[in-house]
Formats: sequence, structure tokens, C-alpha cells
Amino acid sequence: MALPLGLAIATRHLLHRRRQTVTSLLGVALGVAFFIAIAAMMQGFQRDFVSRIIDVAPHITIKDEFRAPPRQPVETAYPAAVIGLRGIKPKDEVRGLRGARSIIASLEEMPGLKVAPTLSGNILLRFGAKDISANITGIVPDKERLVTKLEKDLISGSLDSLYTAANGIIIGEGIAQKAGIGMDDMVSVVSPEGVVMRMKVVGIFVSGITLMDNFETYALMKKAQVLQNRPNIINRIRIRLDDVEQAADLAKTIEARFGYRSESWQEQSSNVLGIFVIQNAIMYSTVGAILIVACFGIFNVISTVVFEKTKDIGILKSIGFRDADIRRIFVYEGLMLGVIGVILGWALGYGLVEFMGTLDFKMEGFVRAQGFVLYRTPKHYAISGAMALTASTFAAWLPARRASRLQPVDIVRGGA
Amino acid sequence: MPVLQARKLTRTLPGPVPVTLVREIDLVVEPGEFVAVTGPSGSGKSSLLYLLGLLDSPSSGEVLVDGAATAGLSDDQLADLRLARFGFVFQFHFLLPEFSARANVEIPMRRLGTLDGRAIRAHADWLLDTLGLAEHAGKLPEQMSGGQRQRVAIARALANDPAVILADEPTGNLDTKSAELVFALFRQLAQTQQRAVVVVTHDNDLAATADRRLHLVDGRISP
Repeated sequence: MALPLGLAIATRHLLHRRRQTVTSLLGVALGVAFFIAIAAMMQGFQRDFVSRIIDVAPHITIKDEFRAPPRQPVETAYPAAVIGLRGIKPKDEVRGLRGARSIIASLEEMPGLKVAPTLSGNILLRFGAKDISANITGIVPDKERLVTKLEKDLISGSLDSLYTAANGIIIGEGIAQKAGIGMDDMVSVVSPEGVVMRMKVVGIFVSGITLMDNFETYALMKKAQVLQNRPNIINRIRIRLDDVEQAADLAKTIEARFGYRSESWQEQSSNVLGIFVIQNAIMYSTVGAILIVACFGIFNVISTVVFEKTKDIGILKSIGFRDADIRRIFVYEGLMLGVIGVILGWALGYGLVEFMGTLDFKMEGFVRAQGFVLYRTPKHYAISGAMALTASTFAAWLPARRASRLQPVDIVRGGA
Repeated sequence: MPVLQARKLTRTLPGPVPVTLVREIDLVVEPGEFVAVTGPSGSGKSSLLYLLGLLDSPSSGEVLVDGAATAGLSDDQLADLRLARFGFVFQFHFLLPEFSARANVEIPMRRLGTLDGRAIRAHADWLLDTLGLAEHAGKLPEQMSGGQRQRVAIARALANDPAVILADEPTGNLDTKSAELVFALFRQLAQTQQRAVVVVTHDNDLAATADRRLHLVDGRISP
């Protein structure tokens, strides 16, 4: 008899309808469990992807492009006029970052960042009968190793062998597998400028990001410049920051200062980060739907109890129970279903997450991974618990309000 | 001072054709009085009882409890008044089926909350004992006979030591012997404990044993 009266009555009601109670408990529990499992999986994947991006890719890339087309003189002369210009022919100029040396020099004076110049361009890689289109990046190994993790991603060979080999090239594992290229193999590299170069594979890397492993190759800056027929030109400056969170702000500053398009890692992966936003929206709405269905269960149980217990409600009110006392009984029932459901769901969710953690399989999508990458955080438990409790209380409140409005006279008059 | 008083009590059900259940009834019930209300079906005797018990509110006229008007009270205040001053017994026992006899008797006391848990239990046991149900205290309603259940319901009505006991056909579902027992109990409650007892019944023999008898016809007291 330690329970408060309202809670005692609520408990008896639920115990009396055991099967329905268990069904609605399971509904809540499954909703909560799925939320925890799906959230752990999705956010695990997302966080893993982001950390890989931060690791592998430069935090800011300055490109030899401009965000907006250049202003025409007529637009400057008549800023208020409506101007229609047709057939503007772009100036034929050598592409590349102009004054790259001075840009690099002034960037290097800034604290908290490392800078590496590169020249990036398309090539065709020819090995035996296979043609593979790829991207070649001319690098300065001594600077590159400060800015990206390329050196750590090498599964064979070394960055320095670019210096020692005559025409060294480092390729991604994806390319290597596709064409069956191994270490020390000679490949033909054809550039859009028509330059053909025999190059020796001196390194193979695995970044874990599928697109990079299937598409990127590296060579010495000088060789790339020869290949692209662009001597002394660089078209990308890569920057690595000590604090990745500053990338977006700093990219803007750099762009404002030098005029060239500067992309932070967020902007470079905006397509994938955008997918994450949609993914999260799908996750929340799916789990929300499960919980809503669970709450229909709760609503159903409590409505049935209210209907069945009409006589009891009548006698309780005639004894002297207030409307609020009656309402409380049925809201307690919803809350109990909610609380027990949430606890069950937490346990189930924890189990599911741990189970997924033991699964072992190869996955190749945006990233290459072994099994699920799971993100475990109390936040998921808190969110799912709060959602389920709010929903179950609301689901109980509607029939509870109906119960509290029943008039005892109508009930006792009718007899049984 | 009369514990329960009705002045020109009228109850009309609204509708396209309004039905008047109770018409201008004046009534004074003193402590210790045992009043039986009789009349044919539909004469308004149950409706009168619900009005007296503050379960229903009159269309006109008023009910006074302990000399105080009840007309302006909120639903919550009426509920509190019922809890402290009234005990109800209905034709059907209306015990909560999931609770034992003792737990059912404890419910009004727990709601009132003036006694602690041990005192509540002791009082419930004492009430059941005086009604001859000591050995049934732990049973569920479905494990008891109709007469036993009705006595548990009477024990529950007595739980908060009410000044007024209102019973609506309390013997309607009982055999003659149990019915006589219940009436004897009401008489005793009035005589020895000075409670006002108002019982609605259609059994004229039983009604004859009351101190006073009101006969209702078409919602009016007929002489």
C-alpha cells in the first residue's frame, strides 16, 4: 500500500489488461530502440565521414576560379541601368593562380596554418589495354606531408620516392585494382595537352574515401607542369588548419583578400553534408512515425480502460474524487506505459547497437569501412526518452480528459 | 440543526419536451433519522437522492448541508463535501473489481488523507468486522456473495464517518434475508451512531421499518 491511491488504481487497471498493455509497451520500446540504433548508425557514419574528410582533404583549397563572372566596363559605368550583353567572349589567358608565390608567402606568415601549392589536372592513365581517366595532382612532397595525410595513407612506397624515381607517380588503390597495376609497374600517362609520359608507380594509397581512391594520382609538381604544358603554374593552394572549425571563416577572409575562390572542407563536401541533413530528416520522421503508431496503442488501451471502467469512475466521483483525481489516474497509466516502454526501449536499443557493433562486413559507399561505425551517446537516449514520454502522456491525456468529464449521475442511474 | 435540507427542489431535464423528474420538494433530515423514500418506477425517487447527494444539481430550489447552501459551490468543492459528509450505497455494489474488500473500504479514507496508512487499515478492518466480514477482508469482490458485496459497499460508505448515508435501492439485488439484514444495519446506524440515513426502495415492507416514509408520485411527495 505504499503507492499513492491514483497510481495504485492505474497499476491495477494496466495489470488487468495485460495483453494490451504489453502490446503498447512493445510499441513504445521498439520506437525508442530503433531510434537509438538508427541514430547510432547514421551519426556514427556521418561523424566518421567528416573526420576522414578533415583528415584526408585539405581544410581550405584556393582555386584559380572566381565565384562571379568579371564585371563588364559598361556595368561599372552605368550601375543603375538595365544592361543586356550578349556574346561576351572570355579572355584567352593562361589559367592558374596569378601571383601564387606572393599569395603563398603571405599565407605562410599567418599563424596556425600550413600551406602547400599544387597543380591539378585531368589525365588518362593507360596500362596494357586499360584506359582510366584520373586526376593528377602535382605536389611538393615536403609541403604536401604537412597539409594532407597522403603520406600516412600510403600502403606501399613512400612520398620521398617521388624525388628519387625518374618519373614517379602515386596512385589510389581503386585505380590499382581496376587496372591491375602493381608497385614499380610502368604506366603511360596522357594529358589533354597531348603530352605522353611513361611513369613508374612508386606508391599506392588508401584514403578510405572511395572517390579519392578511385580517381586521384600524385606526381612531382614539375612533372605535372610538364604534363599539363603549364610551366611554373600552380592552380590550387591547399591549406591545413590547426583548428578545423575556423575553415569556413578563414576561407571567406582569404577569398576577400585575394579574390580567388577559396573553399572550406564543408563547401567541398557540401553535397555529402547535404545528404546527411536529408538522412537525419528521414531518420527523425521514420522514428517519429513509429512512436506515433505506438502512441495510438497507448491511446487505444487507455480509451478501452476508460470505457470499461466507466462504473468505477462513477463510484469514485460519487465518493468524492475530483475531476483532476480521475484525470490523473489515466495520465498515470499513459506515463507508466511510457516510462516502462522507454526503459525497455533503452535496453533493447543498447542491445541492438552492441549487436551491430559485432557485425563484420565490407562496405563501399562514400567511404570504405569494415562493419558499422557506431556513435554512442547519452544524447540519443535522452532524445528518444523525451519524445516517447511526451507522446505517451499526450496519448493518455485525451481519454483521461474524457473520463474526468463523465457525470456520476449518468453512470449510477443506469445501474450495471 | 438538520444535517440535510431541501427547499423547493426541482429537477427538469432540458430537451424538446422537458421532463420534470422532481417537483418542488421540501425536506428536512435530522441526525439519527432513518428516512425511506418509496414510489413507483419513474416517480423521481432516485433523482431526488442524487440531488440530495450533490451528484446532480437542481434546476431550481436548493440543498443545504449542515445548514449551509451548496448552490454556488464548484465541482471540486462538491466533491470534497461528498467525500467528507456523505456515504453512498447503490443498487449495484460498484466495488472496484481489482481491489480486495479491505482495499475498497480504504479508498475513501486514502482520498481524504487525514489518517495514516496504518490507521486506515485498522479502521477498514474494524468496519468490515462490525459488518461481519472480517474473514473476507482479503477477498476480491468476485469471490464474495451479493449480500457480502453490498455490505462491503456499506462499509466503504461508512469509511469517512459520514453524517449522511444515501442508499439507492440497496436491496434491489439481494434475497429477502440479506435485504432485511441490510435494513437492520441502516436502522442501527441511525439509532446508535446518530447518522442520517435516506434509503430509496420499492419494497414497502422494508420501508415500513423506517422512522419516516416519503411516498413520491410524479416527482411530488404524496401524503
